[in-house]
Amino acid sequence: MLKDILKILENDAHATTKQISTMTGAPSDEVAKAIKQAEKDRTILKYKTIINWEKVGDEQVWALIEVRVTPQRDVGFDSIAERIYRFPQARTVYLVSGTYDLLVLITGKTMHEVADFVAQKLAPIEGVQGTVTHFVLKRYKEDGEILEGKEEVKRQPVTL
Amino acid sequence: MSTKPTIKQQSLTSHRVNRIVPSGIRKFFDLLASIEGVISLGVGEPDFTTPWHIREAAIYSLEKGYTMYTSNLGMPELRQELSRYLKDNYNLEYNPDGELLITVGVSEALDLAMRAILDPGDEVIMPDPHYVSYDACVILAGGTPIMVPTNEENNFEISAADIEARITDKTKAILIGYPANPTGAVMSRDKLIQIAEVARRHKLLVISDEIYAKLVYGVEHTCLAALPEMKESTILLGGFSKTFAMTGWRIGYTAAPREITAAMTKIHQYTLLCAPIMGQVAAIEALKSGEASTAEMVEEYNRRRLVIVKGLNDIGLPCFEPRGAFYAFPSIKGTGMNSEEFAERLLIEEKVAVVPGVAFGQCGEGYVRCCYATSLVDIEEALSRMKRFVNKHKKES
Repeated sequence: MLKDILKILENDAHATTKQISTMTGAPSDEVAKAIKQAEKDRTILKYKTIINWEKVGDEQVWALIEVRVTPQRDVGFDSIAERIYRFPQARTVYLVSGTYDLLVLITGKTMHEVADFVAQKLAPIEGVQGTVTHFVLKRYKEDGEILEGKEEVKRQPVTL
Repeated sequence: MSTKPTIKQQSLTSHRVNRIVPSGIRKFFDLLASIEGVISLGVGEPDFTTPWHIREAAIYSLEKGYTMYTSNLGMPELRQELSRYLKDNYNLEYNPDGELLITVGVSEALDLAMRAILDPGDEVIMPDPHYVSYDACVILAGGTPIMVPTNEENNFEISAADIEARITDKTKAILIGYPANPTGAVMSRDKLIQIAEVARRHKLLVISDEIYAKLVYGVEHTCLAALPEMKESTILLGGFSKTFAMTGWRIGYTAAPREITAAMTKIHQYTLLCAPIMGQVAAIEALKSGEASTAEMVEEYNRRRLVIVKGLNDIGLPCFEPRGAFYAFPSIKGTGMNSEEFAERLLIEEKVAVVPGVAFGQCGEGYVRCCYATSLVDIEEALSRMKRFVNKHKKES
């Protein structure tokens, strides 16, 4: 049941306990209890929205930073990753396979701000061998949602 | 000066065509088109567009120049994939060369089946209510449809005893379609076995329209042809429209004994030649890797199903629990209106479109078909409008 509840909430954080109860066939109080527990044990981390800031004229600068790292004894990549993800500017931090080790998504108000962050905070961290910065030019799809030009349903209003 | 015809006045159209009546709700469709802001629960297709990997395969095929006729039977690769699909799903062995035919939707498949098996006056037994094409196709093929009433108390399942009671020496076949449009009913395996026994005993063919086979919720679909000894007397009709959200591609199929397939192929080759190649290419991709998309759609339909069934029951339109397809079929008898009146007034007063049950047969009177293949937001808004409508008319009466 928990997985069914989570699937609904992942797609629509707005869904009420009552709606979820109807959609899963589980009693309302059990749904509420399961959600509370999931929040408590951090299965549910946070309830968020996906926003197209450009619509309100707020231009954010996004950059994906490839970071090459020297892993450390005992802790591997974790402690350097932690030093990076503690910065609020780092919106997403992944350890990845391939030619670099960490992929960091940085957001800032200006290109300058992002560049400064990389040069002054990220690159100098001990164990960081090098960085490559990719500024995001356009966001097409965010977390499963297409930002512009989403397909409309083109159905006839009534068919038998 | 007017010239009067001197020859005997004749109908320009055939008696056969004159025997079928146009759908009585045509007027209702026109009305619908003139109103803005309507939430339509009156559709008969998914709101999902065809999964991208399927569309992409079709686009690629166009770029590669797949623009020609195919074999009358359908592309060999599609028939092979289909044969594998039927084996994987129902453990049914159909030879791709001679037992499978790719058609222009199940609509064509149904027409082919009827024309291939019926002689003038032959009778075909079917449930009432049923999908609108069933009786029309029988009549167009020169046959006579014989109705078996089904009702909510029996979950809209057709019973073997009721079928048997209507068998005459003219009976040629039984035509069923479960999961059902418009009721959402699913036949239990036991009841299907009983029907299979009746068919065998009376040497009748069974045409089984299983277009909604993959859209079932918490129950398992039983393929009629997979029941013991039924493959030789079943014409299985299936398609891609509902399972893979591919209604506009118009691809269906028949799986039937060699002799019947050959007969259907004759009609198909002289009337349609072949199903469109682009749709066939898309169908191959759907069979190869469409399963995950279907599973996701079924999960989403199920959530909507639970919302609409509970919602309808809560507002005083008792609704039997549909276990398949994507329709709820609530009773509107408590409102004192007939189904056409209900649908028309609901549309005008609250801008919600539903389909009057009577469009699907006399036993559909007293019900309306509500399709829940639409967004949850729209379903909830439609329910709240319907609640207002039902409450208002309760007070009036």
